[in-house]
Amino acid sequence: MSEPLPLVASEVWKKFDGVTAVSGVSLELGEGETVALVGPSGCGKSSLLRMIAGLDGVDGGKIRLQGVSVDDGQSRVMPEDRSIGIVFQEHALFGHLTVAQNVGFGLRAQSRSARRARVAEMLALIELPEFSDRYPHELSGGERQRVALARALAPGPTVMLFDEPFASLDQNLRVQLREQVAQVLDSTNTPALFVTHDPREALALGDRIAVMRAGQIEQVGVPEEIYRHPLTMFVASFMDEANFLSITKDGSGWSTVLGAVDQSSEGHFVAMVRPNDVAFVSDDSGDAKIQRCDYAGSHWLLRVRLRTGDEVVVLAEPDSRYTVGDRGNLGLRPGAKQVVVRQS
Amino acid sequence: MALHRKALRDGLAWHSTAVVIAAVVAIPVGILTFSVLNPSVDVWRQQWNTRLPRQLIETSILLCGVGVGSLLVGGGLAWLVSAYQFPGSRVFRWLLIAPLAVPSYVLGFVTLSVFGFTGPIQGWWREIFGQDAWFPPIRSLGGAIIVFTLVLYPYVFLVARAALADQAGSSYQVARSLGASSFEAARRVMFPQLRPALAAGVAIVAMETLTDFGTVQYFGIDTVSVGVFRIWRGTFDLDAASEFATLVLLFALVVIGLERLGRGRARFGQAGGAASGLVQRRLTGIRSVLAFLLCGLVLTLSFAAPTVQLLTWAIREATGPRGTPLLERFAEFLGNTLLLATIVAIVCGIGAILVANAARFSGRSRTRLAARIASVGYAVPGPVVAIGSVFVLVGLDDGLGLIGIGLPGAVATGSLIGLVYAQTVRYLAPALQTVEAGIEQVPHEMTGAARSLGLRPRSVVASVHLPLARTSVLTGLVLVTVDVLKELPIVLLLRPIGFDTLSVWTFNLASESRFEQAALPAVAIIVVAMIPVGLLARQLFRGAS
Repeated sequence: MSEPLPLVASEVWKKFDGVTAVSGVSLELGEGETVALVGPSGCGKSSLLRMIAGLDGVDGGKIRLQGVSVDDGQSRVMPEDRSIGIVFQEHALFGHLTVAQNVGFGLRAQSRSARRARVAEMLALIELPEFSDRYPHELSGGERQRVALARALAPGPTVMLFDEPFASLDQNLRVQLREQVAQVLDSTNTPALFVTHDPREALALGDRIAVMRAGQIEQVGVPEEIYRHPLTMFVASFMDEANFLSITKDGSGWSTVLGAVDQSSEGHFVAMVRPNDVAFVSDDSGDAKIQRCDYAGSHWLLRVRLRTGDEVVVLAEPDSRYTVGDRGNLGLRPGAKQVVVRQS
Repeated sequence: MALHRKALRDGLAWHSTAVVIAAVVAIPVGILTFSVLNPSVDVWRQQWNTRLPRQLIETSILLCGVGVGSLLVGGGLAWLVSAYQFPGSRVFRWLLIAPLAVPSYVLGFVTLSVFGFTGPIQGWWREIFGQDAWFPPIRSLGGAIIVFTLVLYPYVFLVARAALADQAGSSYQVARSLGASSFEAARRVMFPQLRPALAAGVAIVAMETLTDFGTVQYFGIDTVSVGVFRIWRGTFDLDAASEFATLVLLFALVVIGLERLGRGRARFGQAGGAASGLVQRRLTGIRSVLAFLLCGLVLTLSFAAPTVQLLTWAIREATGPRGTPLLERFAEFLGNTLLLATIVAIVCGIGAILVANAARFSGRSRTRLAARIASVGYAVPGPVVAIGSVFVLVGLDDGLGLIGIGLPGAVATGSLIGLVYAQTVRYLAPALQTVEAGIEQVPHEMTGAARSLGLRPRSVVASVHLPLARTSVLTGLVLVTVDVLKELPIVLLLRPIGFDTLSVWTFNLASESRFEQAALPAVAIIVVAMIPVGLLARQLFRGAS
């Protein structure tokens, strides 16, 4: 028999004052795995995280940690008995305690010397060994989040939860910190659920990604799958800019203005293509016309209008020049494919 | 796993605690309200034919007068010291709350003796302008309104200062930068934002005025609270007294209703931090002198002059042949006062900590309702609370009698318990309000982090919530202590025989017009009350320069 998974949430429901926040969500976390739970604000991802932590109870469904049920709506294990580490967005360091006292907070049961050794080990892990006597208000935002990570990891939790931990930091710091977090999680082999509203963060951190919308998980998969083969329009456009083209049936099969697509059945489907998969070839008699063009340094972003009325966003080489009104033709880049997605 | 707990029971202990505390507070008021359902018609008819109409009119005029007065004085001074710089403005910013340490009955008798017919001022007046020269009557409704305004304006001053230091200040700057004149900015942006704070401040002032029946008696005014006192102390007819107390409650409800109305739909957040919003303008020349004089005048009349006068009297009495009556019991009175204040502060502090934390740990929205009910006492005038508590304690005595612990002299009604109970009911609210504000400052994430690190809720309270909210908890205790030190109505109504406090001693002497002999205990109250008021001033205005 195989080892039970660190975390299994099955068919979990949550209502607040009659409004459903989470409706029938199932999610698993494997040994040493990081799953990024991504979705717009208010989609229920933080509610799900709070239920896994035990800070809220489930209204339906079941949560298991390492094979043991911790909440089935009838009986629960309190958060203090779940062995879960949490890192919140901000403000969660204890302001009246030093960095060392914060990191050692969850180690009360241990002897003083064991605690001191563990705190030193954790501070070394987050590369802030000299910071033990500082107070939270003396740290930068990034340093605070690293201390929060060390504090949550110190007791050796079976699962780590992150609730938008970098949302209040600036872009550069975010990238830096997310690399460090990935490294630390890797070295401690701790499974983690990482809640974020930033698709780039999800792509960078998640071994798998779960996309959540309006209380439900719309798709789960490895990052490439989520990005390249989204199942729905929502997942496609949430993860990155996407063009959607209507599909029509002709004699030989199904196609869009950019060519044939694989579609097996009739229904509410459209074809999705990313801006960098489309090419714009200048041609004065072409049937595509540039409506708007923005220079972004590494590329041009063109908004092109077709005769059919479809609008397509195209990523073009930086070394050409484009102006509004230019005409041309659109085509798929070599190797690129249109992906059929469900309307949603 | 033995760690499983029934989901239904999760947080139930916290919720129940809050509900029980709310019930303990609400029951006296509840019982009182029910007594109206069974009115004693005779009492009411008799009252209506004698004092009642005058009491209703005088209570209304008094409340309106003091409300307007404290709004003008408290709000005006807050604006003056927040918006302008002038000699002493920094010191006045915290010194102007000093009258909080002066009970209204003390300022009342000092005013009467100095400005009254037999006092030095009128004597001097008659010497200059002749025996029949007109002098504004001091022992009047107008005199009482001035005295109440002078001791109660700090409540409005405090909330207005806080609001000015907070959002209202910065929006004033924005309005000015958008081209509004200073008057226009004040009228269109500032005042609407200050309105909720001012309404809350004036409501507190009106409640404090309504609760009083000592000061008003000096001034020969008959209010509904005096009516309760007279019936209870005159006849010990609990039913009649309680019915009359509901009339006081009715006035309180009107005040609360008006406050809601005045507050409008806006809400205001209490600012604790440094003044950042309002950029102060420096006053020069005659304007700065006038501003200084205005602050100085209010402070002199409300605090400095009466304190100096009391000190002079106290020293003269101490060195003179007559001496202060009961001086040999001074230590006992002081001890009683401090004992009572300490017990009530601790009980209120514990209650407030339990209720404020219950809201976070119970996971039930009804816990918040319980917390609101637990703070209803502050909106209930002292006489109402006192009479309601008597009902509860009589019931308790009867209950104890039934199970055979009936002692001659009554356990609950004849002991300190009644006094502590009634004051707790009344003063749980200020403690709860400040402690709650402190706990609210602790983000929910922090509570969650502490729990996931293995702490049970009560350990979270001890290791995280209380250390982080300690200033608020301390402030709450201080507020309760000041209130109990100065409290007169509840003590007069409920004190066990032989249990005298400084306030009772002062009031009794002053009632017999032995003002100079009342000076010593009065000074003692002010001195003791100055300690917590000083702490409050330091905490509120630290760094707010």
